[in-house]
Amino acid sequence: MATQHSRSVARLMMAPAVVLLLGWMLVPLTMTLYFSFKKYLPLRGGDLGWVGLDNYVRFVSSSSFWPAVQATLVIVGGVLVITVVLGILLAMLLDQPMWGQGVVRILVIAPFFVMPTVSALVWKNMFMDPVNGLLAHLWRFFGAEPVSWLSEASMTSIIMIVSWQWLPFATLILLTAIQSLDSEQLEAAEMDGAPVLKRFYHIILPHLSRAITIVILIQTIFLLSIFAEIFVTTGGAFGTRTLTYLIFQRVLESQNVGLGSAGGVYAIILANIVAIFLMRIVGKNLDA
Amino acid sequence: MARTVTTRRKSFNTALAWAVGLLIFFPILWTILTSFKTEAQAIASPPLFLNFNWTLENYAIVQERSDYMRFLWNSVIIAGGSTVLGVIIAVPAAWAMAFVPSKRTKDILLWMLSTKMLPAVGVLYPIYLLFIRLGLLDTRGGLVVVLMLINLPIIVWMLYTYFREIPGEILEAARMDGATLKEEILYVLTPMAIPGIASTVLLNFILAWNEAFWTLNLTAVDAAPLTAFIASYSSPEGLFFAKLSAASTMAIAPILILGWFSQKQLVRGLTFGAVK
Repeated sequence: MATQHSRSVARLMMAPAVVLLLGWMLVPLTMTLYFSFKKYLPLRGGDLGWVGLDNYVRFVSSSSFWPAVQATLVIVGGVLVITVVLGILLAMLLDQPMWGQGVVRILVIAPFFVMPTVSALVWKNMFMDPVNGLLAHLWRFFGAEPVSWLSEASMTSIIMIVSWQWLPFATLILLTAIQSLDSEQLEAAEMDGAPVLKRFYHIILPHLSRAITIVILIQTIFLLSIFAEIFVTTGGAFGTRTLTYLIFQRVLESQNVGLGSAGGVYAIILANIVAIFLMRIVGKNLDA
Repeated sequence: MARTVTTRRKSFNTALAWAVGLLIFFPILWTILTSFKTEAQAIASPPLFLNFNWTLENYAIVQERSDYMRFLWNSVIIAGGSTVLGVIIAVPAAWAMAFVPSKRTKDILLWMLSTKMLPAVGVLYPIYLLFIRLGLLDTRGGLVVVLMLINLPIIVWMLYTYFREIPGEILEAARMDGATLKEEILYVLTPMAIPGIASTVLLNFILAWNEAFWTLNLTAVDAAPLTAFIASYSSPEGLFFAKLSAASTMAIAPILILGWFSQKQLVRGLTFGAVK
């Protein structure tokens, strides 16, 4: 169907997008790589020459590296577990017949549209403030001592805030997947007397497995780079300094560009490992 | 008999779902309510739900103190500009990939997606440096370009999945009737593609509006959008819950409304067509 002429027109039509993305990828990436092999302190002497792999070694051996890796893993893992488990339950609930389903869906999805700085600040002040926060009121009501959420339970707090933001995404995708489930199959199983749990394990969960994988992969990519939520709540204090935040501090706060760039290369490698799995699934879907 | 059971079950589902839905929505509701309280009422113990004197003074204070309209305008320009620019660049590309596919189309699509996976912090300094050198730091134009680039893969993907659903036979029929490429695009394709383009615009406007890494790091005063405006409330100052709530409500209201219209596109756009 496609002629030689239409092929060259097609190539021309793709060119702007391809060239722009190629530039967007290659130029900064090359610069990051370049800086990562240099001692580069813009405010204290500028370019101080090549240092080989020194920055890579120093980034990994600094005392803040492993805590940052740990914080990153705990946040990503915690949010994934909460959003996927609650997301499945919520999707199954929303799939049931009920009155006002559309409105409930809207209520559940809403947090996804709240900008990260707003949700983080609202949670930080109006809910987690140890004196005037709503949670403090609730704790006092039950006679408990209010918690200083963001300093004493900093990781739990961040995980709560981020989970609240991402639960709608997981729910919405899982709900879409559940709705494509053949209801006759479920009804048949119900008629045959299969108990609820069995139906869940043998029919619903296998059907959802692909959607769950996609939710996990996409969320991981976004969660690895959460920034604003930490920026406006703890500023990286109280053990909440993730890898992304650590690199940000090295690059912009202490202006140690060489060191930060080496960290950036690590972050890129980490994200790519996750991305490969996601691309495989998406790629398979393209062929179908 | 069977009917009463279903009705009871439906009532139970309804009650449970509404309770959960309201619980999830509660932080937003509470923010909106607090924005109409006075600062003293905002921290009253026990908390006041509806029994307070509704006031609009916080909105007036927020606007007066920090010129909210300027940030709003920046958000509109940055989110709108990056979306429009992105769509203009992506439509031809997605059209070509959907209707004149070649062996490499799939690779190009996956490669575009892979640029989206690049962690922003990994290229923070180069972009920062380029912005300084090119005089783009704290300009709306610079942010329009950056946000367009980070969302371009999603825009291309969404448009591609929509265009692919347009049956190719229609194009062939038009061609048989002697339509030129230009006529084909203008009179056949465009009308069929408009719903897909509209959904793409909507979702990407939302994503750009809420983007909070580049907007926080590349703006200071002049080009700061609402994300940065809200971040300026992160250092507490006396009583400020009601003002924070008013500012937050104003920042999220437009996008909440747009978002509700885009729920369906959200799934397609954010899973790159892998879940429909």
